[in-house]
Order: sequence, then C-alpha cells, then structure tokens
Amino acid sequence: MKRIATALSLALLLAFSAQVARAQTLQTVKQRGQLICGANGTLGGFGLPDPQGNWTGFDVDFCRAIAAAIFNDPSKVKFVPLTAGNRFTALQSGEVDVLSRNTTWTMSRDTTLGLDFAAVTFYDGQGFMVHKSLKVSSALELNGASVCVQQGTTTELNLADYFRSHQMALKTVTFATADEATKAYDSGRCDSYTTDSSQLYSERLRLTNPDDNIVLPEIISKEPLGPAVRQGDDSWEDLVRWTHHAMLDAEELGVTKSNVDEQLKSANPETRRLLGVEGQFGQSIGLTNDWAYRIVKYIGNYGESFDRNVGQGSPLKIVRGLNALWTKGGLQYGLPVR
Amino acid sequence: MNGAIKSARYSAQAWRIGLQVLLAVIVGGLIYGAFINAADNLERAHIASGFGFWNNSAGFDISQTLIPYSANTSTFGQAFWVGLLNTLLVAALGVVLATILGFAIGIARLSRNWLVARLAGFYVELIRNIPLLLQLLFWYNAVLKALPELRGSIVLPTGGFLNNRGLFLPRPVFAPGFAAVGAALLVGIAAAIVLHIWARRRRERTGAPTPVGWWIAVLIVGLPLAALTLAGFPVAFELPQMSRFNVIGGLEILPEFAALLLALSIYTAAFIAEVVRAGILAVPSGQTEAAQALGLRSGTTLRLIVVPQAMRAIVPPLTNQYLNLTKNSSLAVAIGYPDLVQVFAGSVLNITGQAVEVIAITMAVYLTISLVTSLLMNLYGRMTAIAER
Repeated sequence: MKRIATALSLALLLAFSAQVARAQTLQTVKQRGQLICGANGTLGGFGLPDPQGNWTGFDVDFCRAIAAAIFNDPSKVKFVPLTAGNRFTALQSGEVDVLSRNTTWTMSRDTTLGLDFAAVTFYDGQGFMVHKSLKVSSALELNGASVCVQQGTTTELNLADYFRSHQMALKTVTFATADEATKAYDSGRCDSYTTDSSQLYSERLRLTNPDDNIVLPEIISKEPLGPAVRQGDDSWEDLVRWTHHAMLDAEELGVTKSNVDEQLKSANPETRRLLGVEGQFGQSIGLTNDWAYRIVKYIGNYGESFDRNVGQGSPLKIVRGLNALWTKGGLQYGLPVR
Repeated sequence: MNGAIKSARYSAQAWRIGLQVLLAVIVGGLIYGAFINAADNLERAHIASGFGFWNNSAGFDISQTLIPYSANTSTFGQAFWVGLLNTLLVAALGVVLATILGFAIGIARLSRNWLVARLAGFYVELIRNIPLLLQLLFWYNAVLKALPELRGSIVLPTGGFLNNRGLFLPRPVFAPGFAAVGAALLVGIAAAIVLHIWARRRRERTGAPTPVGWWIAVLIVGLPLAALTLAGFPVAFELPQMSRFNVIGGLEILPEFAALLLALSIYTAAFIAEVVRAGILAVPSGQTEAAQALGLRSGTTLRLIVVPQAMRAIVPPLTNQYLNLTKNSSLAVAIGYPDLVQVFAGSVLNITGQAVEVIAITMAVYLTISLVTSLLMNLYGRMTAIAER
C-alpha cells in the first residue's frame, strides 16, 4: 500500500507542481540541516535499524559518510526504509535525496527512470539458497523447482532468464518484500530462494535453522550495486560519486579512522590532496576542503566500512572478492583526487 | 404580468445553466492542465512516459495464469490480463462463497435455537473486529504450516496430492464428444426455466400448488448425465505426477489462492450476515402473521413472503460488501498471490518504472469492476422492487 501511496504522491506532484525540484539538492540538504537517505530497513549488514532505532549497515554508512562530508556530523541523516517496489518513486518524487539501498545499476534504470547511478559501491551477483535436505549441489540441478523471489528486482528477471537459457522448468512464487519471500522459503513453500548473494548470506542468518540451508556456488548475473540520485543535478551526483572514491582512495593510501589525524602530516602528496591539506578539492563540490578527512574520521575508509558491516568483522563474513581494491585483485578502483 | 414572470423564470434558468457550464469548463480545464503539466514534468525529469511499454517483453514469471503466458514470449500487456483474470477469479468465487456463508450465518443468528444463534453472533463479532490483513496472514501461515512437505504429501484417494505447495487434483481433459454434454446441460437449464415459469403461471391462475422442484433437478442434472453416458464418457483425467521437486501436471490450486479466497469469504460473510439479519428484521412481523393466518406453512412463508421483501432491504448494502470484497482482494500482495496489484502495480511498475501510467490503469480497472458490479446489483434491485399498481 505504501507503494501506491508513493506513486500517487508522485502523480499529484507531477500534475500540480510547476517544476519538480531537482537542481540544487545540496543547497536543500544544507538548509534542511539533514540528509534524507532511502535505505533498505530489513537487510542486515546493509541497512537495518537496531532495537534502539540506530541504523547500521554498509549502505547506511555510505549515507553517513555524505552527511559527515557536508555537516561534519554523521548523525545528520534521516533514513527512510524503502521496499524494492517504492524505492525509485521515492527518489523521483524527492522524498529522499539519495537512494542507498542495494540497488543494481542497469541500463534501463539509468536511462528511463529519471535517475543516475553515481558509483558501484558493491559488486554483487545473484545466487541461490536451497534446503540442504534436497541434496542439490548446483543450480543446474534445479529443473522443475519452486523458487521464491522478491518482485521489482533484477533477480526476478534474471531468474526467468537463467531457467529459460538452460531449458529448465521453473515455478516462481513472487513476494512484494524480501521479508515475505524469506519467510515463505523458510516454511517450505519453495525449494530455493534467489537474490543477490550478499543478501542470501544476510537472509540465511534469519532462518529458523540457518545450518540446514546452503548457498549454491553458481553466480548467475552481474549485480553492480550503488547509490542513485535524481537525474539533472550533476553537482549533487559529483558529491555522491566522490564520497565513494574518497573512501576507496583512503583505503588505498592506508588512511584509516584511527590514523587519519597523523596522516594529516603525511608527506605523500596524494594523501595531502585527499585530506585537504593541499588543493581546493572540497570547494569544487560545494563543501569544505576537509570533506574527505571528515568521512574517514567518522566512518573510516571503504575497507573498514566493508569489514565492519558485511566482512570478517560482521556475522555475514562476506569475502572481499570482486570488492577488493584493484591493487589486490578486485574491481574497486578509486579515481584520483587531483 | 404573466409575460414578465415567464421571462424572469427564463433568465433565472439561463443563469443556472450558464453557471453549470462555467463550472464544467473550469473542472475540465484543471484536469487537462494537470495532464499536460504531468507529461511536461515527466519529460523534464527524464522519466519515460506513455503507454509504449504495453507491448514490450515482460521477462518475469507468474505462478498462476489462466491464459497462456510465459516469461520469454509474453508482453507487459499479457501480464496485465493475467493479473486481472486472477483478481476476477478470486473476487467472483469469493462473492459466491461469502454470499452462501453470509446468508447461512445471518439466518442462523435469528434462529430460535439459543446455541445456534449465539454461535452465529460469536462468529460475526469475532471476524468483523479483526483486520482483514491479519486474518489473511493467519490463513496463509495456517495453510502453509499445517500442510505436510512435498515428501510427506497426503495422497488423495481420487488421485492427487495435498502438500504445502498446493492442492493437486486430476485435471479433466475433454474429448470432442463432450460438446454434446454441454449442449444437454444448456437444454436442461432452458427447459427448467420454462417449466418454472409455467408452474408459477398455473399457480397464479388456478391457485393450486404446483411443485416442480424435482423435475427441475432431473432436467438440469439428469439430461447432461444421460448425454454423458450416451456419448461414452468422452472425458479423461490427467493425473498429477510427483517429480523430484514438485508435483507436475493436473489441476493446481495454490496455497496463496486458497488462503486469499478463504480470508475474503470468511471476512465478508460476517458483514453479509449482518446485512441479511437486518433485512429479515425489516420485514414487519405482521406479514408473517398474516401468512400464517392464511394457512401457509413456515417454509413457504419464508420463501414467498419474507425473503422477497427482505431482499429489497438487503440488495443495496449487499452491493457494498461485494465491492469491498473485490477491492480487498488487492491485499493479495501480502501473501504473493498474483492478482492485478501484485503483477501489474508490482512487477510491471517496478520493471518499467512508469508509476503514473501503471497506477492510473490499475485504478481505472478497479473503478470499472466496481461500477459494473453496482450496475448489475442495481438492475437486480429494480427487478425486486415493489411493483406499484
């Protein structure tokens, strides 16, 4: 019902507003004194409020990093929980300033939804989880299986593609939220549950008996996840993009949450530029020159955020894999601050 | 003098008409402006608009399809029809079940039997005071949790299985000769209607009771059965087969469908029961007493005196309940039944991203279904209205 409400508000906004507010998001955020961030709300490790209402997760930390860069205060963020169904509408209608909710960057989303993806913060791929009792060891053995899936996702489409291209029969059971899909899988409604593999690790821990379920080795798609902003506000998109690259550069340069103050005295020109000791890079995106210093000071670098939320320092224990720095055989490549 | 009054009346009427035209123009202009503005804003925001997506390939699967549909060949338009038919299926069956259950409970609540009346009252108070969404989730989880897993399926004596994936029944496959059975059924129904009208006319003309109930049953059931035997049973049954993961073939009833139908019928029945009770109580007791004084038996009194009068009070609020049931069927999203909202305002909206168009179409569909239901019920209401003489 939330989806329909959001869509209706968008329709009313489009019908009766002179011009949908889109330019100057940064100015709006500064005036408001708060960033409004569209996040997941039910996905442990990526976006989930704890019992006290404090939001944690990898995607959540990304929004906190933006807030730290703007306000020098990572708590100046209001998180809005969004489903796969209403996330784009919420961004289009201006309900949120940035969408940081494990969202796959695809061509159609980039070109027809009136939004732009700013970066790939997490390289993911779609996988399958099955009940161990089925004694299945490969997704190719799933011919004729029932699969639970969340609607409005790229996984819903990849699933049909994969079974079709391998000439396997498929029974899909589609749910509006990941929560409902997981519960249905847990109660035995489906043989398998499919979604991005990072999410499988997270959802598996919520099952009644996590150890009775395994994630199959096949990765059937490319799921580059990243934050999105409204199309047409290029300077806001720049800010979001460079927040990600600042975190990557910090990791590559060995700048961490604990040593960032010492690193201010570093002789390395790259570190000096990143932390604002030299150059006017912060001003060029409408911020102060210590913007990246603030990000690392409050949130840490990319690797720290990864480990704390989804990596070895978290219950999920996801390996860096494709998300390792390019210097360590991964795909994460921080663009130069210069 | 007379002319002056006339012209004053004319000018007042002209004023009224003029104002109405002006109002219509303003409202029309506002709607037109809103449309143009929305299209303009969509374009400026680089959001795709228009209905071009209708014929694009859908690419997603749907668990229950009443018309041929496949992820690789079907379009968003076909997905819309699949969703719409699923909505109509559950709404139509829900209306029938809720009506039967609701009438039974409504009448039971007026029963002289203390226990029956209290049980019916308990049902109504319990069901109508719990939100439908909670009941839906309860039935879905009750259905899923209570049923065995695939391997422990309950094997039905008729051939078929029951497990937490659904109910799998033998599916009838009709041979060409089956058309004769269908024809026999139609002939039987037509003959039954003619017989019924003849019997009523005879009763009205002569006053002699003319019971034809048994003949009607023979015509409607007996004729097709006879045709079936004569044609040599031109129907085969496709039995569902157990495979490694699922039951394949046969007629499949999804647990999502069963739960939604159950929840909608049980919930709406509570309201219909109250409507029926109010309708019956609205018939003055003098009518029953007069019928008894004329020597009519209690069953006949109910059928010929009470029910026809009660129906006049029942039909308008009953229509509301039918509309509510149809609209409530959109709660299907919560349990993954592929109705119109789940498929079209869910998957299609998210894949195309065209929220404005998709929601507009969905709302137009519900509006149309509701208006058609109202129209049919109003026609029925007019038929049963008091014929003024």
